[in-house]
Amino acid sequence: MLAYIVRRILWLIPVFIAVSLITFALMHLTPGGPWDTATARPVPPAVREAIKAKYGLNKSLPQQYVDYMWKALHGDLGPSFSGTVPVSQQIANGFPITASLGLAAVILSLLIGIPLGLLAALRHNGWIDQVSVFIVTIGISVPSFVLAILLIVIFSVIFHLLPYQFQRDSWQSWILPVVILALGPTALMLRLTRSTALDVLNEDYVRTARAKGLPAFTVNIRHVLRNALIPVVTLVGPLTAGLITGSFVVETLFGVPGIGRQFVQGVNKRDYGLLMGATLFYTLIIVIFNLAVDVTYTFIDPRVTRS
Amino acid sequence: MTTQAAPLSSAQILSLKEQETARTPMQLALERFRRNKLAVVSIVIVLFMVTMALTAGIFAPFAPNYQSADTQDAPPGFVDPVMHKTNLLGSDNLGRDILTRLMYGSRVSLAVGFVAESIVLLIGVPLGLIAGFFGGLVDNLIMRFTDIMYAFPDLLFVIIIISAFGRSLWVIFIALGLVSWVGMARLVRGQVMQVKQMDYVLSARSIGVRSIGLMGRHVLPNILGPILVVVTLGIPGTIIAEATLTYLGLGVDPSTPSWGTMVAGSFGEIYSSPSQVMIPALAIAIITLTFTFVGDGVSDALDPRRK
Repeated sequence: MLAYIVRRILWLIPVFIAVSLITFALMHLTPGGPWDTATARPVPPAVREAIKAKYGLNKSLPQQYVDYMWKALHGDLGPSFSGTVPVSQQIANGFPITASLGLAAVILSLLIGIPLGLLAALRHNGWIDQVSVFIVTIGISVPSFVLAILLIVIFSVIFHLLPYQFQRDSWQSWILPVVILALGPTALMLRLTRSTALDVLNEDYVRTARAKGLPAFTVNIRHVLRNALIPVVTLVGPLTAGLITGSFVVETLFGVPGIGRQFVQGVNKRDYGLLMGATLFYTLIIVIFNLAVDVTYTFIDPRVTRS
Repeated sequence: MTTQAAPLSSAQILSLKEQETARTPMQLALERFRRNKLAVVSIVIVLFMVTMALTAGIFAPFAPNYQSADTQDAPPGFVDPVMHKTNLLGSDNLGRDILTRLMYGSRVSLAVGFVAESIVLLIGVPLGLIAGFFGGLVDNLIMRFTDIMYAFPDLLFVIIIISAFGRSLWVIFIALGLVSWVGMARLVRGQVMQVKQMDYVLSARSIGVRSIGLMGRHVLPNILGPILVVVTLGIPGTIIAEATLTYLGLGVDPSTPSWGTMVAGSFGEIYSSPSQVMIPALAIAIITLTFTFVGDGVSDALDPRRK
């Protein structure tokens, strides 16, 4: 098992190099740069050269890449092209708020998705099941900003119950963003729990547990839920990674000052320093969470190491 | 039971037998699809949208960028004083007819769905086919490459491509296609690995059919079902991605009539006239939901054991 985990960790290195190379190449092959905006005054060549020298842009591309990665390994993601704050600092400022919104959404989706999925499977084709299927369909096939607009119109515009502008200190303003962030993951979690629980309910060991007279609750929790949760674990990793790295849509929609909104603004300002740094940061988090899932999996289900 | 009925004539038996054997798997699947009311209604709506997109130039009441200073934020049913035509769904904050832009906007959404999925087919199917059929080193190389693509967050990759190559419809189509083929390649590979073990592939090989012939004539036709399902279910995904990007201001140009630009442009009016933003948002919800229902219908029809 240890060999498997080590192999998984080593495999991260080429993935990381590939992702950073692709991003770096795309960023630097792009025509134009931060001083090509329509409003900027023309920059004298001498000044331009000085700026290039300051940011190391006069070196060869491979050299720039190596320099960048070396600094990145030490936690310095370079300067931002549009702001005064370095990229690492920008990410450090935005990440806590993004991560807390994301964690709240993960917890909400776990609390709703898993119990509802289990209930739906236990009462297959009953009304809870039909409500679940409805939630799943909406949550998976309707874009989150469309649902967000619907909820904003209902709760803020018509009934004035919740504010829609995000403010760090007002808990009411957290409700809509968290609910909207949680909708998609809840649907995925619910669908997976429901379908695996339906499979598990047909297993011999569940029949055995029932036949020997265990109370329904014990059977459902200890035998059905526990086995049904195994595939759900694989889903939680990437979902958490996706949520704590923030949602471009939800942060833009509600004006959350997190890294998702910074990224969108970075694209509009052609801030390649920020984009490159944020991409590396995102990839790092996703890769770590995927790894964590794979490792957890070897403990829950030892069969995986053998394949 | 039929014991009381008169014995059937031999001709009748023959015609019954003929009926039974004359139905191809395709006809059986079509019949199962027709019995699924939700899928049939959805496909009618999809066809209606396609017709609307194709005939927008003929039936739209106004020109897509016609704007009038007198008709800003007009309520539904307002009569334009210059053109003497009715804004059936009202007009937006720039005085443009919402119905007209809705009709023209369906072109973008549908084109994204179809073009991006064609790219997915063109890349994903051949790569999956080759990886699954030949196995070994080729398989390993292709699958490691898909692993790397998998580590990239989808929306992030699309945004990076768009910021590198500019913001045109074709760049968006291609970028969305480029991130979505990985799932297809994995599915095709898995299916091919199953099908290539079948006796009919072995017998074709034993009479000297070459690899290309085996893949094209014996393997590929037998995995068309799952491919079709992935394509239909992929269409709403790409439509959502385009609408989301456009909503964030990273997609198509704001003057292009598209459902995403309509939502983005009228979001500021959410308090004063919510219907302006609700109408395109609902249109997006309807098109993604109907494509999902069609995809589910196709999937159930092709594989009746799956539930």
